[in-house]
Amino acid sequence: MVNEVCLRTLDLERPWLMEQYQSRGGYEVLKQVLTEKRAPEDIIEEVKKSGLRGRGGAGFPTGLKWSFISRNAPGQKYVVCNSDEGEPGTFKDRDILRYNPHQLIEGMILAGYAIGATRGYNYIRGEFWEPYERFEQALQEAREAGFLGENLLGSGFDFELHTHLGGGAYICGEETALLESIEGKKGQPRYKPPFPAHFGLYGRPTIINNTESLASIPMILEKGGEWFADIGVKNSGGSKLFSISGNINNPGVFEIPMGTPFSELLEMAGGMKDGRKIKAVIPGGSSAPVIPGDLMMDLNMDYDSIAGAGSMLGSGAVIVLDDTNCMVKTLERMSYFYHEESCGQCTPCREGTGWLYRVVHRIESGQGRQEDLDLLDDVADKISGKTICALGDAAALPVQGMLRHYRDEFQYHIDHKRCMVGAG
Amino acid sequence: MTVTVKDKTELFSPQICAEIDRWIAKYPAEWKQSAVMGALMIVQDDNGGWLTTELMDRVADYLDMPPIAVYEVATFYSMYELKPVGKHKICVCTNVSCMTNKSDLIVEHLEKKLGISFGEVTEDGRFSMKEVECLGACGGAPMMQIGKQYYENLTPEIVDAILEGLE
Ligand SMILES: Cc1cc2nc3c(=O)[nH]c(=O)nc-3n(C[C@H](O)[C@H](O)[C@H](O)COP(=O)(O)O)c2cc1C
Ligand code: SF4
Ligand code: FES
Repeated sequence: MVNEVCLRTLDLERPWLMEQYQSRGGYEVLKQVLTEKRAPEDIIEEVKKSGLRGRGGAGFPTGLKWSFISRNAPGQKYVVCNSDEGEPGTFKDRDILRYNPHQLIEGMILAGYAIGATRGYNYIRGEFWEPYERFEQALQEAREAGFLGENLLGSGFDFELHTHLGGGAYICGEETALLESIEGKKGQPRYKPPFPAHFGLYGRPTIINNTESLASIPMILEKGGEWFADIGVKNSGGSKLFSISGNINNPGVFEIPMGTPFSELLEMAGGMKDGRKIKAVIPGGSSAPVIPGDLMMDLNMDYDSIAGAGSMLGSGAVIVLDDTNCMVKTLERMSYFYHEESCGQCTPCREGTGWLYRVVHRIESGQGRQEDLDLLDDVADKISGKTICALGDAAALPVQGMLRHYRDEFQYHIDHKRCMVGAG
Repeated sequence: MTVTVKDKTELFSPQICAEIDRWIAKYPAEWKQSAVMGALMIVQDDNGGWLTTELMDRVADYLDMPPIAVYEVATFYSMYELKPVGKHKICVCTNVSCMTNKSDLIVEHLEKKLGISFGEVTEDGRFSMKEVECLGACGGAPMMQIGKQYYENLTPEIVDAILEGLE
């Protein structure tokens, strides 16, 4: 079973149009919820049953997150969608925005109904101009059809939804930095607690979910939480969008059941390019520790299987590398990224990411010293768990993963002042 | 700092004012500041792709913000340019998926063809180059963005054709 949830309209022509979405039953469940005045607690219960875990990377159970909001507390509440999609390797939310924006809109309205929020924002990264225009066009259609605005379908429930465009900062994918950004500030993460459920956008109770999480909601409510849970495996309900890229023949986005063997996903993606040998896989976005290719071939694409191999499913971004790749160079590029994108607020992250980059860079360019490997371990250790947000960990984890599995390659660089792979 | 409403409409052309007002309308009335990112982008596009201090000051006046708060935003986010850029700003992704699909060849090709490197503008002002992080299109690696458009699955030949097609 492929493309049954978030990409269910993908086979249609111009699938982003309202009429196409409705031809697949789109907005039916919203109509039903509104006209039958389905109990919000009921909706949250169904989402809990579905086993849906946050698709933005952290994998937090969505239903549980929603239940943290005191629905009857007075005043404004917000639903915020995270379409910042910046974790290197991830390109799935772009496809939801481009090809099935209405399902995200429907999901956000339903989320608003469930937690008692009457306003929502979708934070789309600033570079995503085409997806932004698609989403705006869909908002327009939804407004005209009476799915947005006041007193939706005579239910007494109001919901207004707008887009906020980012400005090119990976850190704004972190949920509290994202809120700061909507408030017109630099995107610097906030201390937690308080969590957004209590003190979120404009200081009001807020839920933030990833695009894919929210776009899954209409199908969960239409077919039931159990239906969704059963698509996947234990602890990993549903299907999931995997963005697979790297040295493969047919990179792209594949919506497949959680628990699908990696080998099957690789086959769907056309297998290795030029018949080369698989060397390594970064299974969940660039912050997920690397897994050697032969080990990866025995794993399944679900939270527990990947965690069991010492990595994480993250955003479902799978980067496949063949045996021409130098792991030192790969890590150098990743460390550069985290250093560039650190917001600079906490010392261990600001200084530590700089150290990591400089040391890996020095090893890569043949200037490495023997003590550098321990130094890398040490710096990564000093960042982990000691920062305001998880970017610090995201920078440390790939270093730890690379040294765990490819220490010999780093050692070779230090000993021979050159690369053991290819001509480098 | 507080300017009267009449003054505000003189800060920008009526069309720019209308566009910024559309952003302001998305947020709660007391949170005009939320429109700063949208406003900066509009003003930047209108000014050939970069922001001057004077333009940022005008945005500050328009949104009742202290100028420093606007500068902070403009310097924090990488899509705002504080120096002139080319008419066509070529942003090349060099992150891992693009790197392993030979983004370096694309960069080299552009450098040779245009005679500039990252951070530079061609003498005629037509092109500038910028290195960017993953743009969320790794399935089409190597890729680049020019203006609002993504270009994927690049080869040097495809790059040539794309540049030729630009005004
Ligand atoms: C540095 C950093 C970057 C992040 N980038 C994203 C992102 O681009 N998209 C996203 O959905 N979540 C991102 N997250 C996770 C969010 O903070 C948050 O957990 C998520 O949006 C919650 O939604 P979910 O529970 O539906 O996954 C990022 C987290 C960190 C620490
Ligand atoms: S961990 Fe890094 S990115 Fe996160 S708040 Fe601290 S300095 Fe900023
Ligand atoms: S790595 Fe280049 S678009 Fe993602």
